[in-house]
Amino acid sequence: MSLRDITADDIESLAVGAWVLGTGGGGNPYLPLLNMRALYREGLRVQLMDASDLDDDDWVGVVANMGAPLVGQERLTDSLTLARAVSLMEEHTGYHFAGLMSMEIGGANGVRPLMAAAHLKRPIVDSDTMGRAYPEAQMTSVAVGGLRPYPLTAVDVRGLESVVHKVPTWKWTERLARKICVEYGSVAATCQPPRTGAEVKQWGIHGTTTKAIAIGHAVREAQRRHDDPIAAILAVEPGKLLYRGKVIDVARRATEGFLRGVVRFDGLDEWRGSSLSINFQNEWIVALRDDAPIAMTPDLICVLDSVSGEAVGSETIRYGQRVTVIALPPPPVFLSPRGLEHVGPRAFGYDIDFRSVFSA
Amino acid sequence: MRRIGIDVGGTNTDAVLIEDGKVTRAVKAPTSEDVTTGILESLKSLGSTGVLKAADGSLKKIDGVMIGTTHFINAVVQRRHLTKVGALRLGLPASASLPPFCDWPEDLAALVRGGVWMVEGGHEYDGRPFMPLDEAAVIKAAKEMKAAGLKSVGISSTFSPLDPSHEKRAAELVAAEIPDAAITCSSDLGRIGLLERENAGLLNAALAELARDTIAAFDRAIRDSGIAAPLFITQNDGTVVEAAQARRLPVYSFASGATNSMRGAAYLSGLQDAMVIDVGGTTTDVGQLKNGFPREANSVVKVGGVRTLFRMPDLLSIGLGGGSHVALDPLEVGPLSVGYRLLRDGIAFGGKQLTTTDIAVAAGVLDLGDRAKVAHLDADICRRVFGEAARLAEEAVDRMKTEAGDVPLIAVGGGAFLVPAKMAGVSRVVHVEHGDCANAVGAAIAQVSGECDQIFGNMTRVAAIEAAQGIANDRAVAAGAARDTLATIESEDMPLAYLPGNSVRVRVRVVGDVAAS
Repeated sequence: MSLRDITADDIESLAVGAWVLGTGGGGNPYLPLLNMRALYREGLRVQLMDASDLDDDDWVGVVANMGAPLVGQERLTDSLTLARAVSLMEEHTGYHFAGLMSMEIGGANGVRPLMAAAHLKRPIVDSDTMGRAYPEAQMTSVAVGGLRPYPLTAVDVRGLESVVHKVPTWKWTERLARKICVEYGSVAATCQPPRTGAEVKQWGIHGTTTKAIAIGHAVREAQRRHDDPIAAILAVEPGKLLYRGKVIDVARRATEGFLRGVVRFDGLDEWRGSSLSINFQNEWIVALRDDAPIAMTPDLICVLDSVSGEAVGSETIRYGQRVTVIALPPPPVFLSPRGLEHVGPRAFGYDIDFRSVFSA
Repeated sequence: MRRIGIDVGGTNTDAVLIEDGKVTRAVKAPTSEDVTTGILESLKSLGSTGVLKAADGSLKKIDGVMIGTTHFINAVVQRRHLTKVGALRLGLPASASLPPFCDWPEDLAALVRGGVWMVEGGHEYDGRPFMPLDEAAVIKAAKEMKAAGLKSVGISSTFSPLDPSHEKRAAELVAAEIPDAAITCSSDLGRIGLLERENAGLLNAALAELARDTIAAFDRAIRDSGIAAPLFITQNDGTVVEAAQARRLPVYSFASGATNSMRGAAYLSGLQDAMVIDVGGTTTDVGQLKNGFPREANSVVKVGGVRTLFRMPDLLSIGLGGGSHVALDPLEVGPLSVGYRLLRDGIAFGGKQLTTTDIAVAAGVLDLGDRAKVAHLDADICRRVFGEAARLAEEAVDRMKTEAGDVPLIAVGGGAFLVPAKMAGVSRVVHVEHGDCANAVGAAIAQVSGECDQIFGNMTRVAAIEAAQGIANDRAVAAGAARDTLATIESEDMPLAYLPGNSVRVRVRVVGDVAAS
């Protein structure tokens, strides 16, 4: 088994790249990044391993925070609490995790598993279950795979510890975990249903931590050299430049515990005179150019600051921002009929057939 | 109403007298190292034509002297005159892994960090207590701060913008141990986001001594000039507070210079909604006026490398000004500038550095220095340089616009001659009389504000906005506004993802005239 060191600089890049893969949601990774800087200053280190190096009967802990990013901004995010969610799962199941992985590589949860891994001295498996960020627990590759949707542990920093012991479906996992999370104060450190090595190998979305680091590295290097950071991303990822423009309207509404809305853009450069709008449910879901859909989930729609190349989130995007919209290819697992059922446009209430930016 | 507005900038101290809504006189004096001399000089110069005297020779009654200054932000940026601060955070067991100062630049943290104490306390997003306040731990922290000789304390607590009671109680306990401590509570600075709010509070506490000394110096300067009028200090949002409150919250004066220019531009032009371009000697600030006030930055603003989140105007600064270096081959304007050395280093003044001002003198736009010295700059060169400056200005204005349609643009500041008469996306370019003293005018006309930024749950959107308005009104009155003059200038509501019960975050800001004492 080969383990690779994740350097302090890799973590800086991971934070930038995970935010790009957040596709508008997932929360800004700034606070997890600060935690990792502090842990590395204390001398702790995290290593990365490939899923292919797992034994089939190994167990892997899937780590994520649930809750409102806003609450996280006040309570901050605590590395020992995340580690505790993992330890509680080990106590509950009797498994010893060979490694930890992200539930979602996009946003803050792309960095958080490293906080638990640093304390527990376990490697990070270079895979996740979304390849991006999505708002709900059934929007994962392991749910598409119909894998066991329990148990789940949820921990609050005050020592409140809960286990969702058994549920019939991923929708139930989401419902019960959400309820616990709300009672905790709308934030909870969770260890998601554990996966075997065989399951991770079959259903994991692979290489995503490495991908996030590569994207972040490209952006940071371009910033340093005063090059175009968007071009730098497209040089390391097979993405497509969709649009460049300026935000002219943001309409947001909270429905059923999600942030939904639409952002409208006016074109710049070669897109002058052409308008774009993107509908979001925490994450960017469907982009329409001159009212015709041009990109949709599960393709990754990334809205980036045109100058810095850094991602712009749906919670904070505002009038006047200069942005570039790119699409990145989706994980193949979501392209099957069952995958599209979970995360295609209809899963978000859009009655349109999925058509990939990359199929043309 | 008769007011004097003073802007203490890095280069000049400007002063204006406004009587019954009109600018009676505007003057400039060089800013002095001790601040006081510059203010005295400008007041002397303001009074030299007799405008401050009534017909019988006595001094006219002045209703207020309003001062805007960049002094405090400069102290942070230049790492000067800062006080060591004891940081007390109420939030354990949460947030322990990211203690106060954790994301500060090391050089600044080394100057300001007097010690860090974290104890149990704080609230939840819906106002429930997160943990009871550990008063014994607060008292122990206060005793340790006292033993360490700390006189400045910053207190923060989770969700304190919703419920400041733990911070206030901790402040009482600290004051009981260290009676002469300058204490900043993060809830006084508003805004959700513990680290950024706490950072603003710690910066504020670090400025406690400087604020006390500077405002005492302002007071002295005004008294020495013989003017008997209350002193007000202008704030980032274009309003003023009484000197005593400004002394307590100096960070609220950080960006008041730029804000005052924009407010002055609104006043002098009579426009309430417009873009403003303020061209100084070295930099150009572009912002947007909404209802006569600058649009606020909603996001994190870095001050001296520290992430903060509080009332600041949304500004774009570019390196273009009246002192900008000009290179002809290839053509380049700025971002370097001769700054306050313009009258020595510019070619029209016998110096060696070609500047935008030299070009304006050659083109006959400005009547300064010796035109013969710039006679070699022909019309084509002037046209090209003005064209480049116009391109830079146009891009900056376009970046800050929030609407697609054409909007009016008000050009102020000493370098306003660089702004062309016609620009893309701009309906008309408005130049105003006294535009070079717009900042002092903005100070003179400032009003008092109140703000509420809070999460409301289980009520309709309309009821939530109404509740926020009531809180903002009460705060404005507490800050010295006359209740019957209050008007809402900003109302923003944002539904919150994941929070149950139709939670909505509402931010409302109101302003009113200074109440007659």
